[in-house]
Amino acid sequence: MNHSRIDTRIGTAITLAVAAFLIGPVILSVLAGLTKNYFVGLSSGLTLRWIGEVWALYAETIWRSFAVALATLAICVVTGVPMAWVLTLHRGRLARAMEELLTLPVAVPGLASALALIVSWGTVSGLRGSIWFIVIGHVLFTLPFMVRAAGASMTHADLTTLNEAAATLGAGRIARFLHIVVPNAMPGIVTGALTVLTLSIGEFNLTWLLHTPLTKTLPVGLADAYASARLEIASAYTLVFLLMLIPLLVGLQWLAARGDRRAPLPVNQKPRP
Amino acid sequence: MARRGWLWFAAPAAVLFIAFWLLPMVGLAIIGAESRNGQSAYLTVLGSEQYWMSLLNTVVLSLAATLATLLLALPVGRFLAWHPRFPGRRVLMSMLTFPLAFPGVVVGFLVILLSGRQGLIANLTQWLPDGPLVFAYGMGGLFLGYLYFSLPRCIGVISAAAEHIDPALLEAARTLGAGAWRRFIDVELPALTPALIGAGAMSFATSMGAFGTAFTLATQIDVLPITIYNEFTNYANIPVAAALSIVLGLVTWAVLYVAHSLAGGGGGAGA
Repeated sequence: MNHSRIDTRIGTAITLAVAAFLIGPVILSVLAGLTKNYFVGLSSGLTLRWIGEVWALYAETIWRSFAVALATLAICVVTGVPMAWVLTLHRGRLARAMEELLTLPVAVPGLASALALIVSWGTVSGLRGSIWFIVIGHVLFTLPFMVRAAGASMTHADLTTLNEAAATLGAGRIARFLHIVVPNAMPGIVTGALTVLTLSIGEFNLTWLLHTPLTKTLPVGLADAYASARLEIASAYTLVFLLMLIPLLVGLQWLAARGDRRAPLPVNQKPRP
Repeated sequence: MARRGWLWFAAPAAVLFIAFWLLPMVGLAIIGAESRNGQSAYLTVLGSEQYWMSLLNTVVLSLAATLATLLLALPVGRFLAWHPRFPGRRVLMSMLTFPLAFPGVVVGFLVILLSGRQGLIANLTQWLPDGPLVFAYGMGGLFLGYLYFSLPRCIGVISAAAEHIDPALLEAARTLGAGAWRRFIDVELPALTPALIGAGAMSFATSMGAFGTAFTLATQIDVLPITIYNEFTNYANIPVAAALSIVLGLVTWAVLYVAHSLAGGGGGAGA
């Protein structure tokens, strides 16, 4: 044994304390969303009434978030996967610089990116008030995750060799890309896709500045509810949001557990709260 | 070169990035240099005590939260790495990683449930002579929020690094008579340093830019993201908001860049 008993005990205690700190408030929130009266406590009984009210008040934001996430995903796939392939083929300094540049919208606070978008594109009529303004912001923020996940899969599958073989057989670039690169990079693309959806559905920092009263997304609605709705409704709304996240997160975990261990775990990359 | 022919595949993403991020950012930087009352907003920002305080608050709070996060994440990461199999490990892992996907607003709300007026801590401390403990709506709550969203990220990075420590090294140190503490200081800590730097930088950068959490807790907290937001929405002072955003962006990016070089690219700052 390389680790003393005290070491293990302290480790166990701190791990359990941290787990309680992280999951305790989530449980409080779930209970608050299902309790008749949170201030009286669980003894007031359980109810689905608050979920119903959330649906009546905020259903629109939920559908809009789905639409924004799907549009974001479509653009990320169409632009990000080819970009990942180019970055896989070219390992030079210029390609590295491009990769670094693409991750800047994740490194720089979302508030700054959103302000920049508003200042440059906010006056374009028809764009400022549409959900596409939000989609653009989300694409900038999620694209690096798609590029990285797809790229990891491409490197892993040794596609460079396959690609050269197909080229000698006379296949054109688009055919090779669609029939060799994309199918072989699928695990990475799926991982990237789930990450993009998760990030887009929860994105707030950019969206708060980019949205208009007619283009509220789920997190924007959450901020509204936290500021003005009663605690039970705010909690029920949070619960709906968590329920939307769970299938995406389970999918990511499953992919990570089954897939190539060498590919970077998407959960270790960071969405910005 | 046959590879050259692929370059135009990069065009859509590159165009998108340049048109909607790079050029707008340059535009923002230029707006920050525009004059208002006869001087550029950068000078206004740099010469104002209020903005310096705001920046100082943000840096000190982010630094404190980062240190606290690392102190907690280190034992958790080690524990998870040394115990790859035990009943309930999967549940524990999901508990530790679930909050990764929470946006800042949700984290803020959870902090309110924990330490707000009707929060758990207030309920448990009602017997105190000074009344129940409530600290969600200020620096204390923000600290808790930063801790909440930094912990899962740092635990993942640190435990991955701890898994890669060669047990033979620890074994050798042990045979040479090193006690548990010496083995930790001389073998484990140096091996974990790149991960600690990377995780710390990531946590610091995230905290510096975290807007949603502060926004939910209180719009009065004097941290830079809130200051920028107030300049923009309440005072429509776009040059100052732009200058402050550029300053915040540069500080955050610089921290990540330095940490990335220090950690030899192994920290995986993810940004």
